[in-house]
Amino acid sequence: MRLRQLVLSGTALGPAVVVGLAGFGLWEGAVRAFGISQFLLPKPTSILAELMAEWPVLRHAGWETGRIAVSGLLVGILAGVLLAMFTTRFRMLNEGLTPLAVAVNATPIVALAPIFNAWFGITGTLSNQAVVIAVVFFPVFINTAKGMTEVHPDEIELMRSYAAGEWTIMREVRVPNALPFFANALRVVAPLSVIAAIVAEYFGGPQDRIGNVITSNAGFARYDVAWAAIAVASAVGLALFAAALLVERVSMPWRLAVGGSDSNNNPGRET
Amino acid sequence: MSSGGEVPAVVVDGVGMVFNEGTGGEVAALDGIDLTIRAGEFVTLIGPSGCGKSTLLRLIGDLLTPTAGGVSVFDKSAHESRTGQDYGMVFQHAGLFDWRKVKANIELPLELRDWSKTDRNARSAEMLDLVKLDEFGDHYPRQLSGGMQQRVSIARALSFEPRLLLMDEPFGALDEMTREHMQGELLRIWGETGTTVVFVTHSISEAAFLSNRVIVLSPRPGRVHSIIDVDLGERTPDTREDPDFFAAATTIREALRSVGGAE
Amino acid sequence: MIPARTATATKVIRTVVTTALAILVIVVLWEGYKWMGQQTGGNWPGTGIELPVSTDDIIMPHAADIAAELVSDIRDGRSTLPLSVFLLKKAWFTLQEAAIGFFLGSAIGIGLAVLMLRWRVAERGLLPWINVSQTVPLIALAPIIVTWGRNQGMPDIVSISLISTYLTFFPVAVSALRGLQSPDSAHVELMRSYAAPWRTTLFKLRLPAARPYLFPAFKIAATLSVVGAIVGEISIGTKTGLGRAILEFALRYAVWPERLYASVIGAAALGLFVFGMISMAERLVLRRTDEVVA
Repeated sequence: MRLRQLVLSGTALGPAVVVGLAGFGLWEGAVRAFGISQFLLPKPTSILAELMAEWPVLRHAGWETGRIAVSGLLVGILAGVLLAMFTTRFRMLNEGLTPLAVAVNATPIVALAPIFNAWFGITGTLSNQAVVIAVVFFPVFINTAKGMTEVHPDEIELMRSYAAGEWTIMREVRVPNALPFFANALRVVAPLSVIAAIVAEYFGGPQDRIGNVITSNAGFARYDVAWAAIAVASAVGLALFAAALLVERVSMPWRLAVGGSDSNNNPGRET
Repeated sequence: MSSGGEVPAVVVDGVGMVFNEGTGGEVAALDGIDLTIRAGEFVTLIGPSGCGKSTLLRLIGDLLTPTAGGVSVFDKSAHESRTGQDYGMVFQHAGLFDWRKVKANIELPLELRDWSKTDRNARSAEMLDLVKLDEFGDHYPRQLSGGMQQRVSIARALSFEPRLLLMDEPFGALDEMTREHMQGELLRIWGETGTTVVFVTHSISEAAFLSNRVIVLSPRPGRVHSIIDVDLGERTPDTREDPDFFAAATTIREALRSVGGAE
Repeated sequence: MIPARTATATKVIRTVVTTALAILVIVVLWEGYKWMGQQTGGNWPGTGIELPVSTDDIIMPHAADIAAELVSDIRDGRSTLPLSVFLLKKAWFTLQEAAIGFFLGSAIGIGLAVLMLRWRVAERGLLPWINVSQTVPLIALAPIIVTWGRNQGMPDIVSISLISTYLTFFPVAVSALRGLQSPDSAHVELMRSYAAPWRTTLFKLRLPAARPYLFPAFKIAATLSVVGAIVGEISIGTKTGLGRAILEFALRYAVWPERLYASVIGAAALGLFVFGMISMAERLVLRRTDEVVA
């Protein structure tokens, strides 16, 4: 029985593993066969070698960048959810703010990095965190507010027929209804927070971070080290993405029960 | 107005409803509705689309406020009755909360009334038994068929023994066989609980089979066209083949034809 | 009840009013905060606690000064021109990079989606990796891609467009796949009853059905293509473009803070412009079909 499950999950993941191995194999093979120089594309094996050789530096950089990303992510999520709850409570406010948030979300928010540097200083981490917060905040706010307002009217009427107040409706209907929307936003912003942190690092802040490791090593033509740093950043992003999926599963047991958390009634990303 | 001195369940007095009043895009949904529903009665609202039958139900339930006239429920205003939690509602869409198990869905109104956990458990078990879903308390709604979901919805509406049950085309989305089965179940439950029911439908046979009285509404703006008494005694599956049942259905059909109902 | 044209006009008016109101609110908050800080010497009123952002004219220039800066002259090479025109020229360059990235990325995204639609095994093999690609801080590759491009004798605009492409393909691929899979089995069976070949089903049924899913993805992709172009410019030091302008003004912030603000506002405007273009295209294409649901 257990063996069968193992085989089954193996076949489910099989194609992905095959594609992955083939991809890396092709990469390695092409670099060797065509003698592609290190500038262009280092071999996966030499990236791996550098990853191990430079591990102390990379680990430290990954940890520091990860901290910025995670702290900004948490604050951004909290702010987005709280504001969504607040604006949903006041319909007028929501109708005014949502288009504005959609507009701001359509702008390159990372371009704010130099302004945040001016505001919060370039020596500390606050300005980098501010970039992450700003990048995370808008998708979370937009999606959560959407989930809290796009409730089936029957469900609101039902609660009103019970003489339930607005906060009860928020707790019993709007918040659970918004969970899948929030989860979708989470999937997007979790890896995005790492990218935002790295971009912010290009503009300033302490020099021992992933963004700086990449630029300085690329500057010295040590491309395999730069690639190793990218691999570390990807791992951090992937870990956050996995955490987002985990939160999704744990917080919505009813979706699992129906079979497959994914395809069923998955609301879209923000439009 | 009241019959036999007892307090009527619902009194609708000169009710009119105009949507978008004062915006230029006014729509008169209901006009001059007078209606009295006795306690324990099963009354059906039927009419072509646009006759305002769902609007009337929502006015009785205080989910909308009439622009003319007033509604009283058991001698209180509809608003007092709603805030006094006298209403149970069932919609066409079962409206179960996906995130609550079946049992927790039934207990939702009880939670809002601060019942203790023990009492809630006892009542939801009773209700599951009433709608014959004893084994499904720990399932999520999505794991149930449409008919089962609607039964849960009825159990939820009845769990706190509301004095008035308002049903808006509750079986509209079900297939014919399930629908007939549910109608039988509803009548059984109505017989056991003795609650008053106001039921909106667009099905002639459903109206004839379920009700003591059928209120036929005419459209644009909605007015009471006629009130048809239906006396079929105790309903059984055989009632559907009874000449009296066909006669009642024919009367309703003719009333609907004369108001321009397509059905 | 309300005629469609009036409804559209009302919507346009409402958008304009909301936008104006939003800008007004932001300016009032900005100036209000600044005024408050200058009254209290940089502290929260009635306390000794410092405000998080200093309110002097370097950190927070007056909104009017930023607006005035937009019309005052700046030197660009040998010529002199108003800052707004200067930014417009830079934005045009950035827009080209973003556009190449957007169209290339969208084509790749749709191509991948069709591939995954055709072969279920491709979906299972590729989709996880497409998801993983999101976590690769692509933008971090910018310096490498550009050095690489220069070594190949490619103009920088191509390298930067590649970065935009990478950011763009993901949302398009995911939404396109969902859209292509959206027709219900009744429609698919109908096509099968006509003995329609796979390609016909794709063009007559699946692609039209995917449109409402595609446009929201295009909007995200368009925004991301601008982000990619700007960040690409910043991280590799192109000679022109909005990103370059932002970088330059950030370096000279102490002298002309208004210019940095103006250039960031320019970047925001470019983002909104591409977003608006896609929204208009969406309205033209989807006019007769359902509301967007994806």
